Amino acid sequence: MSFRKVPSWPARRRVWLSLLAVALLAACGGPFPQSTLIPKGDFAQMVDEVFMTTVKWAVLVFVLVEGALLYAIFRFRAKPGDKQPEQTHGNTTIEVIWTVIPAAILAFIAVPTVRTIFRTDEMPAGAMEIEVIGHQWWWEFRYPEQKVVTANEMHVPAGKTVLVKIRTADVLHSFWVPQFGAKRDAFPGKYTHFWFKTDSLGSFTGQCAEFCGTQHGRMGSLVVVQTPQDFDQWVATQQVGSPLVNNGVVAVVAPADSAAPPTAPADSVMIKGQQEFMAGGCIGCHAMAGTPTAGVLAFVGPNLSHVGSRQRLAAGMLVNTPENLALWLRDPQKVKAGSLMKLPHQLTEEQISVLVAYLRAHQ
Amino acid sequence: MATSVLEHAPARDHEASGLWSWITTVDHKRIGILYGATAFLFLLLGGLEALLIRWQLAKPENTFLSPETYNQLFTMHGTTMIFLGVMPLSAMFFNYFIPLHIGARDVAFPRLNAFSYWVFLLGGLFLNSSFLVGAAPDAGWFGYANLTSKQYSPGMNVDFWVIGLQILGIASLAAAVNFFVTIINLRAPGMKLMRMPMFVWMSLVTQMLLLLAFPVITVALIFLMTDRVFGTHFYVPAYGGDPTLWQHLFWIFGHPEVYILILPAFGIVSEILPVFSRKPLFGYAAMVFSGSFIAFLGFGVWSHHMFATGMGPVADSVFSVLTMLIAIPTGVKIFNWLGTIWGGSIQFKTPMLFALGFLFQFIIGGLSGVMHASPPADLQQTDTYFVVAHFHYVLFGGSIFALIAGAYYWFPKMFGTLLSERIGKVHFWLAFIGMNLTFFPMHFVGLHGMPRRVYTYPAGLGFELMNQIETVGAMILGFSFLVFIYNIWISMRGRAEHPAPADPWNGATLEWSIPSPPQAFNFAEIPTVSARDELWHQKQQRGGTLPEPQRVSGAGIHMPNPSYWPLVTAVGVLVFFLGFMMVGWPLNVAGGLLTALGAFSWAFEPAG
Repeated sequence: MSFRKVPSWPARRRVWLSLLAVALLAACGGPFPQSTLIPKGDFAQMVDEVFMTTVKWAVLVFVLVEGALLYAIFRFRAKPGDKQPEQTHGNTTIEVIWTVIPAAILAFIAVPTVRTIFRTDEMPAGAMEIEVIGHQWWWEFRYPEQKVVTANEMHVPAGKTVLVKIRTADVLHSFWVPQFGAKRDAFPGKYTHFWFKTDSLGSFTGQCAEFCGTQHGRMGSLVVVQTPQDFDQWVATQQVGSPLVNNGVVAVVAPADSAAPPTAPADSVMIKGQQEFMAGGCIGCHAMAGTPTAGVLAFVGPNLSHVGSRQRLAAGMLVNTPENLALWLRDPQKVKAGSLMKLPHQLTEEQISVLVAYLRAHQ
Repeated sequence: MATSVLEHAPARDHEASGLWSWITTVDHKRIGILYGATAFLFLLLGGLEALLIRWQLAKPENTFLSPETYNQLFTMHGTTMIFLGVMPLSAMFFNYFIPLHIGARDVAFPRLNAFSYWVFLLGGLFLNSSFLVGAAPDAGWFGYANLTSKQYSPGMNVDFWVIGLQILGIASLAAAVNFFVTIINLRAPGMKLMRMPMFVWMSLVTQMLLLLAFPVITVALIFLMTDRVFGTHFYVPAYGGDPTLWQHLFWIFGHPEVYILILPAFGIVSEILPVFSRKPLFGYAAMVFSGSFIAFLGFGVWSHHMFATGMGPVADSVFSVLTMLIAIPTGVKIFNWLGTIWGGSIQFKTPMLFALGFLFQFIIGGLSGVMHASPPADLQQTDTYFVVAHFHYVLFGGSIFALIAGAYYWFPKMFGTLLSERIGKVHFWLAFIGMNLTFFPMHFVGLHGMPRRVYTYPAGLGFELMNQIETVGAMILGFSFLVFIYNIWISMRGRAEHPAPADPWNGATLEWSIPSPPQAFNFAEIPTVSARDELWHQKQQRGGTLPEPQRVSGAGIHMPNPSYWPLVTAVGVLVFFLGFMMVGWPLNVAGGLLTALGAFSWAFEPAG
């Protein structure tokens, strides 16, 4: 099937529909950063067009049919002294008319629908693959080409088609970032997918969209769209300590912005932090560069090798600040009840501050 | 219609009274009242669950409910409203009015009828007993595998759900067999199929859906139960099972299920609109065929609940087109209802207000349904509040409004007194405003990115204002139910002073030809039917009215004896299923024996 370009519309229709979109947007309490009505990519644009087609017809039918209902209610209300109305039993012609007209309207919806289904199934060549793995209750992202493993925050380059392949490590989830136009459920043992290409720079939030247990409501994701240069830089940083690169082996080093030599002094935050990280049992669930778990791919919790560079913690629940990281470490169950992070023992404030420094140093 | 009047006939029947007479009743009218009262209480419970949900969602990051409690509440809200609310409320009307509409004295199998009710009651109580042990079902009313597996739901929550639904399924299947046979076999002379009231037609189609759909969910649930209890692997991925199998089985049941929920409502509205417009239903044959076609097609669209699962473009397209196809007969029905009131003389009594509210709201729900039918658009809408808006418009704005309309319409026949018109109008406006205030904003908050089944939402996404409005609307809706209860209470209290005549609304169907409430045997003489809208036909022949029917002694009319074996058998069913959750095979055996004892005793006792 040939890959036809998106048809251009008469300017007036586009204006009318944009006004409708703005009206919907303006309704009740914006702005709406996670809205499906602000398509930010080619896939989303196609989806939005089919959607707007259905909206157009739905609004038209609504006005006509509800209008007829309201008219009938007023026009034919009983008045005192009313005679018995004409006892009409039906009218075959009108039955045919009001069967055929809706069928025609549905055809106007069905045709662009089927066209878009096939168009969105076709995959443009040369896409960059990202594997999305749903966990209770966080998202793992693996970049097979760039050999990056990260969690909850997906970086993509603007202007390049990204193919998202989705599966789960436990129960069903659904990966959904509304502004990119689709959600796909995550199944065990097979992949679903969708693709998108966007030119809009910025951070876009998403949420899990298939009930997956206690914390389904707080399983957020973030897609960060960067210029190709910034994206390459991000990739380079993420490759350090990635399990897909040299099995994640990397020596413990001082923080990137320090002038210290590669071999860190014994009391550096990196050494002390790593000791706490291992003694505290963190390596039981989290892969971390410079520790024995560096090369592990499949773990209960997210890979923390670059947790310091993420905008948020706990799958979007907390902004990534030292205070919030400390809050999380102090009592993860209080922040996210039912989360699989159950600390073997309460951490002391000193341990927490060491760990916070250590984790935040991993940019 | 000629009734044999005996001089000095008693003003009231010597109907058996007291608790035992209700426990052993096999009278379809009493069973209908039992269904109605029980279902109404469950409906209120489901409503309370909804109010708690709405209170939690009124502000972002709210801590009123823990996530675990919230997940139990939304699961039980859905399960309760569908299986313990709408379905048994429809069953109340099936029970009470199908025999009356077709001119019969009772259903084909009166004791099976009682059995269905007791199994429903026990199943509903069992399901809700889970709250008492803090283990209410919490995996959604749709219970997707593999979240429901023993590995990811180790507690008793899902077991309560699996077993509770199987018990309720037995009640539904037994009732479906009963009503199907009743409608086909017990029609009065002259009551041809194409003369039946539309309520009976829609009920007939519903029974066929029940008979074909419930076995599918039974199989799905048995697979899940054996996975959890006996270690099979139907849905366990690690051993080659496929969670998608659950989805297909569930929705092959689940989609016909939503037609089971709406078709009786269609039937009720098709009775009320003509009476209060003073003209016949427009397009009777079209209504019969469109209702049947909707039911038939309803088995071909199940995967429209699965558009996000990556079935591939061909499957997506086929299910999309079939789903859109269902919109055509649905539209035909809506237009025929419009055609019914068009040119009529519309009386805005409370039943009519709720029926018109149904029409207004069902149109909205139908339109959002068509929007879902397009998979690319649905990829944004599915699993968001947009869907929640859609199905509440058709289930609440549709089914529940129609059931309330039926309640106001048929209350005088069932209880011998009319519900207050004044309070009824207050009830209607509160319900209408509350309903639309609660569910209309959900279309928008869903499109703006709020997923469903979330116990809270982050601030800053723009969801706050709409959620607040929805919570206010829900409170108004809840209050409207208090007004309804008040109406019922105050009307029942005054029923001796305000008896209702046999035919307060100038009805077209046979139930209005007998006293309010009817005597145990319904009709003194089985009527002979010569036309559709038989009663209007008779009144027309007699110059406009019929004489008020008199109560007669009923001597010589043979009615079935009461029996307690249906209850015993129902208890046996409950005990049998309990064995899968606790104690094990001894309970299965005990339950099986009790069921067998009950069934044999019932089979061999004199039927009366």
